[in-house]
Amino acid sequence: MKPSRQITLVAGALLLACMFASILLLRQVDRMRSGATLQEVLYISSPQALKRLSLGYGGLLADIYWTRAVQYFGSKHFAGSQHYDLLAPLLEITTALDPHLTVAYEFGANFLASKPPNGAGMPQRAVELSEFGIRNNPDDWRLYYDLGFIYYMELKDYKHAAEAFARGSQVSGAHPFLRVMAAQMAQHGGELRMAQMMWSTTYQSTQDSDVRANAATHLRALQVEQDVTDLENLAIAYRAKMGHLPGSFADLQAAGTLREIPVDPLGHTYKLTSDGRVEVRTPDDFPFLTKGLPPGYVAPTPRFLPSD
Amino acid sequence: MNSRIPYIASNTFREAVRDRVLYNLIAFAVLMCGASILVGQISIGIERLVVINLGLTAVSLFGVVIAIFIGIGLVSKEIEKRTLYTVLSRPVRRWEFIVGKFFGLAGTLVVNTFFMALGVFLALLYVSQRFQAADAWVLVALYFIVLQFLIITALALFFSSFSSPLLSAVFAFSLFVIGSFAEDLRGFAAMAQGATRWLATGAAYLVPNFSSLNVISSVAHGQGVAATLIFSETAYAITYAAMALCGAVLIFERRNLK
Repeated sequence: MKPSRQITLVAGALLLACMFASILLLRQVDRMRSGATLQEVLYISSPQALKRLSLGYGGLLADIYWTRAVQYFGSKHFAGSQHYDLLAPLLEITTALDPHLTVAYEFGANFLASKPPNGAGMPQRAVELSEFGIRNNPDDWRLYYDLGFIYYMELKDYKHAAEAFARGSQVSGAHPFLRVMAAQMAQHGGELRMAQMMWSTTYQSTQDSDVRANAATHLRALQVEQDVTDLENLAIAYRAKMGHLPGSFADLQAAGTLREIPVDPLGHTYKLTSDGRVEVRTPDDFPFLTKGLPPGYVAPTPRFLPSD
Repeated sequence: MNSRIPYIASNTFREAVRDRVLYNLIAFAVLMCGASILVGQISIGIERLVVINLGLTAVSLFGVVIAIFIGIGLVSKEIEKRTLYTVLSRPVRRWEFIVGKFFGLAGTLVVNTFFMALGVFLALLYVSQRFQAADAWVLVALYFIVLQFLIITALALFFSSFSSPLLSAVFAFSLFVIGSFAEDLRGFAAMAQGATRWLATGAAYLVPNFSSLNVISSVAHGQGVAATLIFSETAYAITYAAMALCGAVLIFERRNLK
């Protein structure tokens, strides 16, 4: 073998060996360092300083910070965390770097507003973020809708929710439901119907498959809550008539108050307990459900949404 | 234009290609492919934005680095290799040499930008499945980036006409950074008083205004650029590049090459 070929072979083998060793060593270093410590650090917290440092390439930096916010939220949510300390600063930096990045307001406000572990439980920060988004993108009706949504769902502030929907309804091209919602909110209409209307609007207006799946899951939960309320009312009415609670849904059928055995939106039959309560058989399939859950039921975390 | 300038320009272009300058296209292609595939999986709703922001930022930064590092060596390398004496011993004027070098490097950057632009549009097609009318504004952003290259190339040539390659690189890069803060500089000048105000205002107008040539974020959101602005920016970039080139010619004409 020629000396030059020998050198090539040895150098090639050494290169591969060093590459492999460096990967192994890096994995060891990763194990030795605390991931949480690295993740919880925001090296530059000032959005203005970051904007200056971006040298005019703020759009790209905003995309990077938005991805970081999504990853931060996702990892915390996956771990079932109750604290999302960096979420608000990350979103504020993102939107300061690119005030027209509407996706950061739409998703970010929802991440911030929902109660832990589904969100950071910071509805006021979510309101501030949405208001900042509206100031910078006054022609985007979805931002007004998101703001009204937070006021209604998280803060139960019907007056401000109505105002947000009314402002949004005046934007050119706004979804017609905004006007209806503003009116409904002003009258303090039925909460379940209102919630159904809002999630239906989200389902119809979004382009994002994850948001659509999330809206569908909420709508299924609302449908179950409606069914449970109606069926429990039927059981109470049966007791008033017969003097005892029905033993099963077949009793209600026999009494002529129920046409067929009721099923949940995923096709499973409901369970009628001996004390007249109605429960779902597969509660894990209905995240966000507040009614019809078996006593003592604890939702698994993280909750994976059934596909749309 | 006489025939000697295109000849020097084409030689400069060939030299840059021989120096494997266009290899950066491979890095760019990997970056675009990676971003197009990865971002959809790790982020939400910004696939198209990232392709435009990342693509145009990469086009701009790769080009600026090439303009600076090739531009600073255009004169000094010819002196070092003594090829300049061969060129100037022929009927070639010094100013023709500088202008030819400028067009040669500018041409290299335009070709480089053309291929990168193709990459950006292919990545856009991949993530969006179809082109949108607003994507046409990306072409305007690319045009503005080319205008930036004209200025930075002329500046690199200007510095290389009297300074060492290392110092020329430092000067040119510093001016690029300062030029990116040009709007802020003008803001600071407006806040100052008396002579400081005049000096700061003068400095703010003397440094190249790269920030006004950066429309990447707005075109990423589909916002258009007014035709009058395109015309004014073109005129500004050509004027500024011509100014730097004139400075380079003035210095190089008087430089003792013995």
